[in-house]
Amino acid sequence: MSMEKGTKDKGAKSDRKHLVVSKIKNGTVIDHISPGMSPLVLKILGIGPGSKEAVSMAMNVHSSKMGKKDILKVEGKFISDEELNKIALIAPEATINLVENFEITRKFRVEPPEVVENIIKCPNQYCISNSNEPIKSRFRIFTDGRKVVAKCDYCGKKLYSLQDYI
Amino acid sequence: MSILKKEGVGRFKHLISIDELTKEDIIYILRLAEKFEPIAKGKKVNKSLEGKILANLFFEPSTRTRMSFEAAMKRLGGDVINMTAQEVSSVAKGETLADTIRVVGNYADIIVLRHPLVGAAKFAAENSIVPVVNAGDGAGQHPTQTLLDLYTMMKEAKLEGSKIALMGDLKYSRTVHSLIKALALFNTTIYLISPPMLRLSEEFIEGLDTKTSKVFEVSLEEVIDEIDVLYVTRIQKERFPDEEEYRKVAGSYVITLDLLRNTKESMIIMHPLPRVNEIATDVDKTRHARYFEQAFYGVPIRMAILSELLDGNG
Repeated sequence: MSMEKGTKDKGAKSDRKHLVVSKIKNGTVIDHISPGMSPLVLKILGIGPGSKEAVSMAMNVHSSKMGKKDILKVEGKFISDEELNKIALIAPEATINLVENFEITRKFRVEPPEVVENIIKCPNQYCISNSNEPIKSRFRIFTDGRKVVAKCDYCGKKLYSLQDYI
Repeated sequence: MSILKKEGVGRFKHLISIDELTKEDIIYILRLAEKFEPIAKGKKVNKSLEGKILANLFFEPSTRTRMSFEAAMKRLGGDVINMTAQEVSSVAKGETLADTIRVVGNYADIIVLRHPLVGAAKFAAENSIVPVVNAGDGAGQHPTQTLLDLYTMMKEAKLEGSKIALMGDLKYSRTVHSLIKALALFNTTIYLISPPMLRLSEEFIEGLDTKTSKVFEVSLEEVIDEIDVLYVTRIQKERFPDEEEYRKVAGSYVITLDLLRNTKESMIIMHPLPRVNEIATDVDKTRHARYFEQAFYGVPIRMAILSELLDGNG
């Protein structure tokens, strides 16, 4: 993880008050992550010990839109839309910037997927997905107002604060 | 496309959950069961499932569900193989349900499964080359029980627009949960009667489709004179912290002749059985008691389901 303080260049007025993470040449920037959720976002994306990607993480930085937010920059990796949309489970306001040669080539907001497999662990100890069967946990995702809700495809258990089950 | 349904109306690959069925699907099965009733009683002969084999895989004890599936299959000329309690214990030594299902699917044309874990039947269906019928998966679903309950109401009282009181353990009873969801499709008024600690959860009530049906929490005395159906379930001892508490509560949820003085003549009493002492035995002789008929209706309902899943064409 690398983090550097904003420089005091004349033309970089907005950088003065904030901590920023370094720019990436090629890769994926995940912005507007709900504050504190970036480690879980990495987990959802399968980035952790043993991963080769260079990752910059900023947590609880100022955001005019959200108050506070997290930012992740993954160097050298273009993550698929399908993978990125899983982020919406815990950070529905996250925005994605795909960067090529320091330029943003595509920008979009994440959207919750209809189904996720092997990401959420069902808390129902009597659910078949928690047995020793060759089975992947599977949840149907829907929204209830602004909340993202997950329903276990096997036992029907509904989950509201998904970060507790990832 | 659901894994549970084939193309076309009323055609199913598996029967896992009552939630997968539309009102039209349910009515279709009930009408089919009506056709099978004389055969279920032995008054007519039908061998449309001759040459087919049903495998009963019961990982939990059951008498009436297993026997009524067996009776249904045999009444239609089919054969039945059972996994005995001893064989279940050998499975428990290590073979996964997924493997058991794959193996048994090569011996039989249809699998009836009861399993202690919720979602087991759905998982089995995902791994099966033959149709799977859920005969109870832990606290989850027991769709053939729901269908036979609806059939009993249709035959012995009325289903559409009826007033139904559900009494007893509404919190843990899978029978009650599945039944309420299905009843909500038939413009019913549902009265819930239970001890405070065994109330239906708020989450469940909020999740109900109440576009056409209404749900109220009441006492039996408030509604006894207007209901068409009184559905009684067992209050289980193990739900209570001590026996004294259980006896106090259970004792106040007993149907006696005295309680039935102000009911409609046509009101029927149902119970999924086995009963312990929720219904006094002298109620059995009244015109209201329909729980033994209800147990019989399990046979034509299961005949309809087996026939449908195996393309028996009646």
